[in-house]
Amino acid sequence: MSRLEVNNLLEVKNLRVDLPVEAGTLHAVRGIDFHVERGEMLCLVGESGCGKSMTSLALMGLLPRKSRLSADHLQFDGIDLTTLSERRRSDLRGARMAMIFQEPMTALNPAYTLGNQLCEGLIRHRGVSRQEARERAIYLLERVGISAAKDRLNQYPHQLSGGLRQRVMIAMALMCEPDLIIADEPTTALDVTIQAQILRLLRELQQEFGTAVIFITHDLGVVARIADRVAVMYAGEVIESAPTPALYANPAHPYTRGLLSCIPAPGKTPPGSRLQAIPGVVPSLVGHVEGCAFRNRCPQAQPTCEQTPPLMSLPGDHRARCHYADRPVPVPLQPEMSS
Amino acid sequence: MSAHSTTEVAGSRPALEIPDPSMAPRTARASTPALELCGLSKTFTLGAGLFKRGRTLGAVSDVSLRIPRGQVMGLVGESGCGKSTLAKMLLGLTTPSDGDVLVDGKPLRGANQKALARHIQPIFQDPYSSLNPRKRIAQIVGLPLQVHGIGTSRERAARVAETLDVVGLPRRAADQFPGQLSGGQRQRVAIARALIMRPDIVICDEPTSALDVSVQAQILNLLLDLKAEFGLTYLFISHDLAVVEHLVDRVAVMYLGRIVEEGTREQIFGSPRHPYTRALLDSALTPEPGLGVPDIGLGDAMPDPSDPPSGCAFHPRCPKAQALCRQTRPRLEDIQGDNARVACHFA
Repeated sequence: MSRLEVNNLLEVKNLRVDLPVEAGTLHAVRGIDFHVERGEMLCLVGESGCGKSMTSLALMGLLPRKSRLSADHLQFDGIDLTTLSERRRSDLRGARMAMIFQEPMTALNPAYTLGNQLCEGLIRHRGVSRQEARERAIYLLERVGISAAKDRLNQYPHQLSGGLRQRVMIAMALMCEPDLIIADEPTTALDVTIQAQILRLLRELQQEFGTAVIFITHDLGVVARIADRVAVMYAGEVIESAPTPALYANPAHPYTRGLLSCIPAPGKTPPGSRLQAIPGVVPSLVGHVEGCAFRNRCPQAQPTCEQTPPLMSLPGDHRARCHYADRPVPVPLQPEMSS
Repeated sequence: MSAHSTTEVAGSRPALEIPDPSMAPRTARASTPALELCGLSKTFTLGAGLFKRGRTLGAVSDVSLRIPRGQVMGLVGESGCGKSTLAKMLLGLTTPSDGDVLVDGKPLRGANQKALARHIQPIFQDPYSSLNPRKRIAQIVGLPLQVHGIGTSRERAARVAETLDVVGLPRRAADQFPGQLSGGQRQRVAIARALIMRPDIVICDEPTSALDVSVQAQILNLLLDLKAEFGLTYLFISHDLAVVEHLVDRVAVMYLGRIVEEGTREQIFGSPRHPYTRALLDSALTPEPGLGVPDIGLGDAMPDPSDPPSGCAFHPRCPKAQALCRQTRPRLEDIQGDNARVACHFA
């Protein structure tokens, strides 16, 4: 992937995040490449520990202090994020890049009114008056479906239900009309009925305001319904990326295929039948990881997989980090399965 | 719970002591359901003080269910609908305010905790907080045997090893601590602990919600295998409708403490009758690209259980609500010839 599109809002090349831990160095993100186009919804999907949240914190400049970040290229709208001063960085945060977290109760300050928290960013970044900021806050609260928006400004976070708090978080992210919103599992803590409403709202506003969104989730059902493109992460790497329909129709990486087949699909999986599980567990990312990180769990692993697989390009903006993404596996081997 | 003081409203019926169930024959009549709930209710009093009468909160109201032996009953509903309070009553962790639980046709009211534990065991959502981090796996799994004074320590160790095999854990896990195991392995430990007393009924409260999808499939397969092997009866509480559809024989849908619809898997997923069931099914996002996120047409979140709406509790969110729904609460009625029940004036 050598092309560098000027039009891309975010360009990430060989991003690495290392964390010092007791046993050595944890390679949380191991050289990932991806880009986000203006106004698109990119889903980063993967299981716990795959590095998706570390990636989002790296982009926001909110990594834990002890961690080390390196990248060949980390550009947001032409701005090099790796060399940016903390001061310039915080000018970007909230103004041009905003974040929505999983648990709005911990992201909102319980001691300040919603009005205070909603307006703060706009006043700081855009220098507007308090009155103007309040008007925009009321407008956005109404847009995210909150009734009696004016009265809500004087309320505190604990006075709202979980679904309403997440709506407030979306309104807050939109206050400064950012170019990019990073949403880290924003609906995981909500009930399914509320999740559907919030996702619908986020998708509508994203398309209306032309905001690019990186949506981080582990839920392949959510991804299918909202994403323009998907990047699947495993063990700190992006192992496959593709436009959403292509990923679901022709998953090229055995891990993606495994993930898709282990959720019961109504109408396809006979009730009570055995589900296809992925045997084994995720490898430890402490210390050096050699070869394909998935090979110990892969149903078609070959001796070649001891070597690090290249990122293979497939037709239609589809990439997969597997030696056999574009060709059949020579001899089907039965891997030794251990839990 | 909230910061309000919470006191239990005492039950009105006398308690019956049942004989030690271990002495009773395990093979009951085939027609007797393994587990039957009769008008089970739980009310809490909120904010009561010395001179102040508190408000009552009906966490579970008049729930009746029959779960036949060897079947899986799914229980679905939003957070706060009373699913977990119901599970707690079945496990004897909280006393019902009214109604009875029957195991093999025998009422459990007044039965002691130990006797109850031989029949009903739980598997909880979070294998990180439900296992004591300072005990070795063998101690955790073997504790129920010790508490009930079953076998010598050698016999207990053999039973622990056997149970670890059954749930697919390596023998070496016996000497490890929970912190050394993965999430999936910990949930296997929780399952082993539940099964070591050979219960008839297992209450699974969101058993795979805290697990990654690839691990979730392993655990669901295990639960299905164990059910077939030991003839277990499950009450399976989950918010994941795809998992529920895969696993259960029957489904009960709860809303604000009451069952609003109950029927077979095919009835509930194929032709739901209650508007709330329909909305729940619509909001389940299956991995089908291109469908987008449906507009399920439900208003605000779950109403305040201490101040439930008049009439049908679902009417403020219901797209089909009429004047009747605001005045009269619909009864949970049998659907003629269908072995199903629904509580809606317009079903």
